[in-house]
Amino acid sequence: MMLRIKRVPTVVSNYQKEEGEDPARRGGGCDRNCLQKCCIPGAKLPLYTFKRVQEIPGDKCVLEHDDNQAPVAFLDSLLLGQWEDRMQRGLFLYDVTACETKVIPGRYGFMAQLNEGRHLKKRPTEFRVDKVLQPFDGNKFNFTKVGQEEVLFQFDASKDGEVQFIPDAPVDADTSPSVVAINVSPIEYGHVLLIPRILECLPQRIDRESFLLALYMAIEAGNPYFRLGYNSLGAFATINHLHFQAYYLAVSFPIEKAPTRKVTTLGDGVKISELFDYPVRGLILEGGNTLQDLSNAVSDACICLQDNNIPHNVLIADCGKRIFLLPQCYAEKQALGEVSSELLDTQVNPAVWEISGHMVLKRKKDYEEASEENAWRLLAEVSLSEERFEEVKALIFEACSYTFSENEDEHHLPQGVGDHKPTLEETDSINKGANCNIVSGTQECLVLQ
Amino acid sequence: MEPPQLGLIEQSFNSRYSNWAREALDELPDNFTITDPCISGHPIVFASRGFLKMSGYSRDQVVGRNGRMFQGPNTCRRSVMEIREAIREERGVEISLLNYRKDGTPFWMLFRMAPVFGKDEGRVIHFVAVQVPILRRRQRRRNGEGLCGEILSNSCRREVCSSSSVELAGVSAADSDCRVQAMEGSVWQHVDNYVFPKDCKPLDGFQLISFLQFALVLFTSLEIEEKCEASDTEKQLAATAISNVLSVLTHYSESTGRLVCEKRFGPSLVSSSLHISLGRIKQSFVLVDPHLPDIPIVYASDAFLRMTGYARNEVLGQNCRFLTGVDTDPSALHQIKQSIQAQQACSVRILHYRKDKSSFWNLLHISPVRNATGKIAYFVGVQIEEGSVDRHGLSPEMRQLSVVGSIKVAVRSSSMSYSIH
Repeated sequence: MMLRIKRVPTVVSNYQKEEGEDPARRGGGCDRNCLQKCCIPGAKLPLYTFKRVQEIPGDKCVLEHDDNQAPVAFLDSLLLGQWEDRMQRGLFLYDVTACETKVIPGRYGFMAQLNEGRHLKKRPTEFRVDKVLQPFDGNKFNFTKVGQEEVLFQFDASKDGEVQFIPDAPVDADTSPSVVAINVSPIEYGHVLLIPRILECLPQRIDRESFLLALYMAIEAGNPYFRLGYNSLGAFATINHLHFQAYYLAVSFPIEKAPTRKVTTLGDGVKISELFDYPVRGLILEGGNTLQDLSNAVSDACICLQDNNIPHNVLIADCGKRIFLLPQCYAEKQALGEVSSELLDTQVNPAVWEISGHMVLKRKKDYEEASEENAWRLLAEVSLSEERFEEVKALIFEACSYTFSENEDEHHLPQGVGDHKPTLEETDSINKGANCNIVSGTQECLVLQ
Repeated sequence: MEPPQLGLIEQSFNSRYSNWAREALDELPDNFTITDPCISGHPIVFASRGFLKMSGYSRDQVVGRNGRMFQGPNTCRRSVMEIREAIREERGVEISLLNYRKDGTPFWMLFRMAPVFGKDEGRVIHFVAVQVPILRRRQRRRNGEGLCGEILSNSCRREVCSSSSVELAGVSAADSDCRVQAMEGSVWQHVDNYVFPKDCKPLDGFQLISFLQFALVLFTSLEIEEKCEASDTEKQLAATAISNVLSVLTHYSESTGRLVCEKRFGPSLVSSSLHISLGRIKQSFVLVDPHLPDIPIVYASDAFLRMTGYARNEVLGQNCRFLTGVDTDPSALHQIKQSIQAQQACSVRILHYRKDKSSFWNLLHISPVRNATGKIAYFVGVQIEEGSVDRHGLSPEMRQLSVVGSIKVAVRSSSMSYSIH
């Protein structure tokens, strides 16, 4: 049975047309500067190259910028300046700073914004929500169709290890550039899209290289109030062309304030915790002996969720030091008619920002009546049940430790994987066929090796 | 990270406090550090004798470095975040924190930090951080924990979490002085330091295995978030220490004429949280309030004051026209006025005058800035002296726009909270 929901897709580009509009434009030959074969030759865009940091951001990171008076990181000022430039050129559908916003009184300080301009004219479109992995469809809108004026700069690792900015660099299809573009329906100031290897037209799914790029962006911006987010298909991604989102908001997000309890530490130093006393169940990954270790742990977890068809959202916070992984099931519930009409009427699509505590509301009534209870109630519907979350956790741990055991030397090999039964703290979910050697549950965990 | 030059560090301290300050601080028995948030990297500029003894480092190894050097794998990141928030908001904080000595051993301490404000600047110039070691773990107990839990819990090594009953096989039954077969990087190297009190009798292998298994069970049933509570005595010690250090600093700042104090003074026409955010923007700019009569300046950056030669109290509350002079083109002024009335951004090249009457060409960019209500709260004016060069090669226009962007984020975010402080 195919599950579908109807919702109004967010317009992220001025060139995003509804299906069926402007048939003459599709295919070859356009008269504007897009990023397809017709316009790429001779195209020039600014290029920002970052230095590949080896160590974990934080304790030893050379690019650490979280001090009170440290100079603003260059990428940070570049992004803000370019975004303001596009603001003044009128490229956005509306001025997001003219949208009223507030912190809701309560324990966590959920944020609410009244944004009536975000979903104006569009008709609701059908989205398939039961398949997290869907093939790329060139006929649908994708980011190669955006105008070059919507692209702020190319973003890639430098070849010689130096941070560099070139205002007019050729767009070289052979190097498979990644770009940062504006979101013309911003949720907040500076709302951009990071599109890894844009010309390769990757579908919306995480892979190791792309996630690492997103992590580098968080580190390079060096601003804990600049966060990156990812929505999988089925978890309210609008466009099936691989992209991350990011924006600035200089307050703490509720999810960042939520208490956590440690679950385990992987052999490569990545520490995994879980949220508790928060409406949505999720994991936090941090640490790692190297940056790549942390990045790979998250990527592998996402790939596992993708392969198991579990919709999920990811939030990169704290300059890349803390990464939240949030499996969800709201769209599925919606398709099965299990969501109350009261919640549906708010038309809130709980994607990564909403789950993190930033609610964008379309109706004045919802904005005025916004409360922590309401937000909690909505987000509680998004969360997996406790039982289901335990199952998903087991899958993730298996993926992480299995991959890990492939790469590490004998000394750290999990012993008797598959036939080793946990001796302490057994829970039912672990025994559900999971080839897992991790003791989980509600308490401090041991990795049995 | 390259430590900032020693010169800067010395300057941070010596420009504020007279020579005797160091001696006076060295006489205090407490463990504390003084850091300078205005120097890139927020380094330590002074470390007390007690602190160096507690941490095992020498002065050279600590001065110029950031406090994170004492953190390690089991330091709670959320606690670190809380401290960082306090630094950003220029306020004090008191929190238990796990730190690591030079030899790698971890220890819990009560971390209490207080800001030191420059009296004239109204801005934080140093942070004082006091560290009181927490001698006995305090946590909510469950049934059967008793002494073992308390002893074992003094070791917070990650290895304890990752070891298993399987590793217990490494225990040598014949090992009579409590040391067990150490695996590389294993907790067992530290067991004899932490688990057993000094005067215990060695256990035989079998007892050791049972004990350790029991301890592991206990460890897994400990409270979830390992928060180490300080006793009232320890909190009192911290409070006294802070007070001691602040007294010394206040006293010895009098003779340099650059007074410091515990509370923020100084004129501020914008909320303190906005004031703090704006303080991080290093370029020249002013904020003016279009709702007040004659559209006065309500904020001026340090760079603006340097560029124009005025003092802060000379410009706050004034309309920007004091920058104009005989040769300033009236049409440029007219353009600015029109843009403000139309609530639009504009760029002009205008001749401005410094306090010393010298003139300069100002590439001025003006833009409306809204706050969280969505309405215009201020106009920002960003000044670039014609001919100045940016080290990244950004054009003046791009530099101005990034300042505007930073300010827009700051004004919007700082006005979101229901309790504006």
